[in-house]
Amino acid sequence: MKRIGDGAATRLGLIALAVIMTTLFLVIPLAGIFYQAFAEGLAPFWQNLTSNFTREAIGLTLLIALLTVPVNLIFGIFLAWLVTRFTFPGRRILQTLIDIPFAVSPVVAGLLYLLLYGRTGWLGSILSEHDVQLMFAWPGMVLVTIFVTCPFVARELIPLMQAQGSAEEEAGVTLGASGWTLFRRITLPNIRWALVYGVILTNARAIGEFGAVSVISGSIRGETINLPLQVELLYQDYNTVGAFTSAALLAALAIVTLMIKALLEWHTHRREETA
Amino acid sequence: MSVRSTLLRRVVATAALSMALGSTQAFSADRELLNASYDIARELFAELNPQFVEQWQEEHGESVSIKQTHAGSSTQARAILQGLRADVVTFNQVTDVNVLAEKGELIPDDWQSRLPNYSSPYYSTMAFLVRKDNPKDIHGWADLAGDDVALVFPNPKTSGNGRYTYLAAWAASNHDNGEDEAATRDYMKKMLANVEVFDTGGRGATTTFAERGIGDVLITFESEANNIRNQYGPDNYEVVVPPVDIMAEFPVTWVDSNVERNGTEDLAKGYLEYLYSPEAQRTLAQYYYRVNDDEISEEFAERFPQTTLLRIEDAFGSWEDVMQTHFTSGGELDQLQRR
Repeated sequence: MKRIGDGAATRLGLIALAVIMTTLFLVIPLAGIFYQAFAEGLAPFWQNLTSNFTREAIGLTLLIALLTVPVNLIFGIFLAWLVTRFTFPGRRILQTLIDIPFAVSPVVAGLLYLLLYGRTGWLGSILSEHDVQLMFAWPGMVLVTIFVTCPFVARELIPLMQAQGSAEEEAGVTLGASGWTLFRRITLPNIRWALVYGVILTNARAIGEFGAVSVISGSIRGETINLPLQVELLYQDYNTVGAFTSAALLAALAIVTLMIKALLEWHTHRREETA
Repeated sequence: MSVRSTLLRRVVATAALSMALGSTQAFSADRELLNASYDIARELFAELNPQFVEQWQEEHGESVSIKQTHAGSSTQARAILQGLRADVVTFNQVTDVNVLAEKGELIPDDWQSRLPNYSSPYYSTMAFLVRKDNPKDIHGWADLAGDDVALVFPNPKTSGNGRYTYLAAWAASNHDNGEDEAATRDYMKKMLANVEVFDTGGRGATTTFAERGIGDVLITFESEANNIRNQYGPDNYEVVVPPVDIMAEFPVTWVDSNVERNGTEDLAKGYLEYLYSPEAQRTLAQYYYRVNDDEISEEFAERFPQTTLLRIEDAFGSWEDVMQTHFTSGGELDQLQRR
């Protein structure tokens, strides 16, 4: 039987199309970033990379990721566990609510937080009386990043945990295992790779987040500027090499993340084959 | 997990944490001042601030640090209303400082009388950036309404820069034809019809004109025009300052409620007063801003062509009137653009 697309010409054409599209839309722009970063040679690149402001932007970016990932890791596991292992009224609604940060534009998320925690906001006015500053400071940036990235871990875990079912855990319960032992010895090993995957996605997004943080950052140089904001700032400043240096840094982080992901996938694949 | 990977993880985490924490403690200054400024003043204040810090250290024996935030000055005003704790503002729009008084009551209504020259340590005007040898022969505002002249400037609705261009064209036309409003409207219609691209901000307009090569004239602040010319090649462009033009003030003030909370009132005032000092005025002039200091103006006279500058308040009454008459929806601008 002959299927559509079986002809050698069609196949070649489709492959060529895929290659051209990938090159045009992915490879060339990505290469362009690095080209622009090095456009004026190594010295300006290095100078921009090691400037105080860039160093502080890197520091803030890492700080945000470092705080966001553990929070969402715990939150994601808790949520997935709740949704897949128990039935309670409102379970489906909860599952839908998890997706809100995906559905809402990050800018809207930023504005929501500003409305809530800003000087004139409902919670903000109370906090302001106690001299707590969330907006236009790094805690606020962490807060919105947590909001924007909170579905990633849960979204990775829920389908897997649903598919695996609770049979193994039930067996554990009948053998007298406590809740913590159940989680540590049965649940966690089962979801390990999905968890790592979720963390990688959370991390990537936390590092690259622009929209939500730009609304509430106040862009104080050396204080509330993370790498994506730094890219925009330097570009606005006619410092093309600087902008692309920071962009290249972000791209490199993304590539490393993807490499870890690919490595993990390969690892899982091999494990499954040997299992 | 092997011991090595655990160790690696720890090292990475520690490094990241120390970098992040280190970043907030990089300066060990006694007090900090946050200056909320407009978006193209980054390099200017990067040069002014260390000069001030040094002077303050010498005079008061206190080491201070100045932090900067830059964005469109309307964005900055809104952020301050929402709680950005800027001690001082250095804006390029009087209206955006007024917002702080009117909407937030963060500063008194008479803030303009607190410092010399209506609280404007430096000023600028609108200039035309034209291509090499000025092929379309553009010298004054009237030339912009000619046939076959393509203009680029930001949208007056969204950009303070564009607003000044619009007002300068209007005021200059009124000035030239002896306050004949009908003639001015005719002129404005033609001039606005000549606009090739209305970008939302100054940076976008620059890209359109210099990088995409669209238009014969880019209209922007004189200071910007000179910087763009230097950036994109002095041989490719010329800066033209029309004989009659608008005075674009760069207002500064301290934010009373914030300096009170931060305990920085004396520092904030000292900082703003410093901008009027000969040393700062020289730096400002080097960045192509016009200054009031007589000696410095003379020193840089050849940078700033003679022109008659009209103040918004004299030509239009007040900023409030301007916004009401010209820029509200259905206002003068909307009517002029209707064809």
